[in-house]
Amino acid sequence: MEKKNKRRGVNMEHMLSFICFALIIGLWCVLTFGGFVSELFLPSPFAVLRRIGELYADGSLWANCFESTARVVVGWFWSVVVALPCGMLMANSRKFSAFVQPIIEFARYLPVVALVPLTLLYLGIDETQKYTIIFLGTFFQLVLMVCDTVSGVDANLINAAKTLGASKMQVYKEVIFPAALPGLMDDFRLTIGWAWTYLVVAEMVAAQNGLGYMILRSQRYLATDTIFAGLILIGLIGLVTDFLFRILTRIVAPWHERLADR
Amino acid sequence: MEECKLQAVGLTKIYDGGSKGDVTAIDHVDLEVKDGEFVMIVGPSGCGKTTLINILGGLDTATDGTVLLDGKPVAGPGADRGMVFQGYSLFPWLSVQKNVEFGLKMKKAPKEERAAQAKKFIDLVGLSGFEDALPKQLSGGMKQRVAIARTLANEPEILLMDEPFGALDAQTRVVMQELLADISKKTRTTILFITHDIDEAVLLGDRIYVMSRRPGTIREVLTVHIPGERSHESLVLPEFLETKKRIMDMLWQESQDAAMDR
Ligand SMILES: Nc1ncnc2c1ncn2[C@@H]1O[C@H](COP(=O)(O)OP(=O)(O)OP(=O)(O)O)[C@@H](O)[C@H]1O
Ligand SMILES: [Mg+2]
Repeated sequence: MEKKNKRRGVNMEHMLSFICFALIIGLWCVLTFGGFVSELFLPSPFAVLRRIGELYADGSLWANCFESTARVVVGWFWSVVVALPCGMLMANSRKFSAFVQPIIEFARYLPVVALVPLTLLYLGIDETQKYTIIFLGTFFQLVLMVCDTVSGVDANLINAAKTLGASKMQVYKEVIFPAALPGLMDDFRLTIGWAWTYLVVAEMVAAQNGLGYMILRSQRYLATDTIFAGLILIGLIGLVTDFLFRILTRIVAPWHERLADR
Repeated sequence: MEECKLQAVGLTKIYDGGSKGDVTAIDHVDLEVKDGEFVMIVGPSGCGKTTLINILGGLDTATDGTVLLDGKPVAGPGADRGMVFQGYSLFPWLSVQKNVEFGLKMKKAPKEERAAQAKKFIDLVGLSGFEDALPKQLSGGMKQRVAIARTLANEPEILLMDEPFGALDAQTRVVMQELLADISKKTRTTILFITHDIDEAVLLGDRIYVMSRRPGTIREVLTVHIPGERSHESLVLPEFLETKKRIMDMLWQESQDAAMDR
């Protein structure tokens, strides 16, 4: 009985999410087909769909999506690779924390856009520059999130492991890491979202391809349909990424009880 | 039987209370637990019982005094002093079997040995059939059985238990007390057990240390003489009631003195 209710609850939630999308698209239709706004500012949904079809046909859709996704993933990946051990160390060593905390807090407030000229100067306009922008945009936030998640691991579990004979290394590997994993997956998921913001920053400055580049170039030709096509594609990729992360979390931490599952 | 397993000499713990001044949690506590003995500690709430057992287990450091195991000083936590906590502290991502094997895995024991040892102790606590269950699928009593099996499988020199049944309902608590009395007899494990439940102390203990209110000191040591096997039926024996009354009087006196202090 309880289970059935839960089911219905979930379906209800899906329904509400769907209705929200439908409302926005409905409003969009009314505004454009009703002639309330100029086609130049807001193209109709059909115009945007048609544009997406054309981009697909000339092959630039996949090429741009692929380029951008690859940049996001590589930049984000390095951010994770460095932030994970750093954050874990910060959470467990006062000395290390005291050593790096000030610089991280400082760097966190630097607007990444303001660092773009320097990255161009040091690294030129190749891919490394784009990875670096994404890294700089996500790393400092992620370190603090990892540190916070790891500090939140139940101290009783760590104590239990110690009294069962676990060494320091074993406590990290066998207790802190698995206990923090669901929270870390959430941190990673949020970070990859931000990575898209910084990707667009990077591609708007110096790139010959990618969705951000596509959007910026369209502005020059007043091709609003292409701008909207680009925005929708980024949003869709975001949705898919989010979905994949949720599935992955369920695979790597099946024991974890999420609020939504209860 | 008569040799001393664990010994505390002059243990004192002063917490740095900051602006509110220092808190002396325990003050020159001496105690000893003989090989194979079941020793209880009772005391008023907040008298420093948890502080004491955490120092014995190496999870906390004493301001002054020494802990000796088999006559040798020990510092820091170790597999030789197994602990069972009120909050179970099971690893939620591990099955019952894997939880019980944890200590052996830390010692890098071969797989077959781990499995055999785990089976032995899962059987001992009456959980065969639940090997693959996750902690979240178990009741509180079952969780505490797993925690006991997990600690025993590690074959510690002494089992330190801090109000292990404090979170259980009355019926389950009696069942667990009988189970522990049975385990203690079968395995001859040395046990130091903390409680504020006087019935529990008299039912399980060979000897009982009664602590004073904070700063905790040892007020008295009693030897329990109850004929026959310890079970829920012992709860109405005259010897049981007499010992119980003596402890109640002492704790009542402590609370009176505490009231006078204020
Ligand atoms: N980390 C700490 N810092 C400062 N004071 C502490 C700390 N831990 C415990 N205390 C104080 O030490 C005293 C003893 O605490 P402890 O938890 O050992 O008592 P207890 O006998 O286990 O209590 P209970 O019956 O509630 O389990 C208490 O007054 C407590 O406030
Ligand atoms: Mg306590």
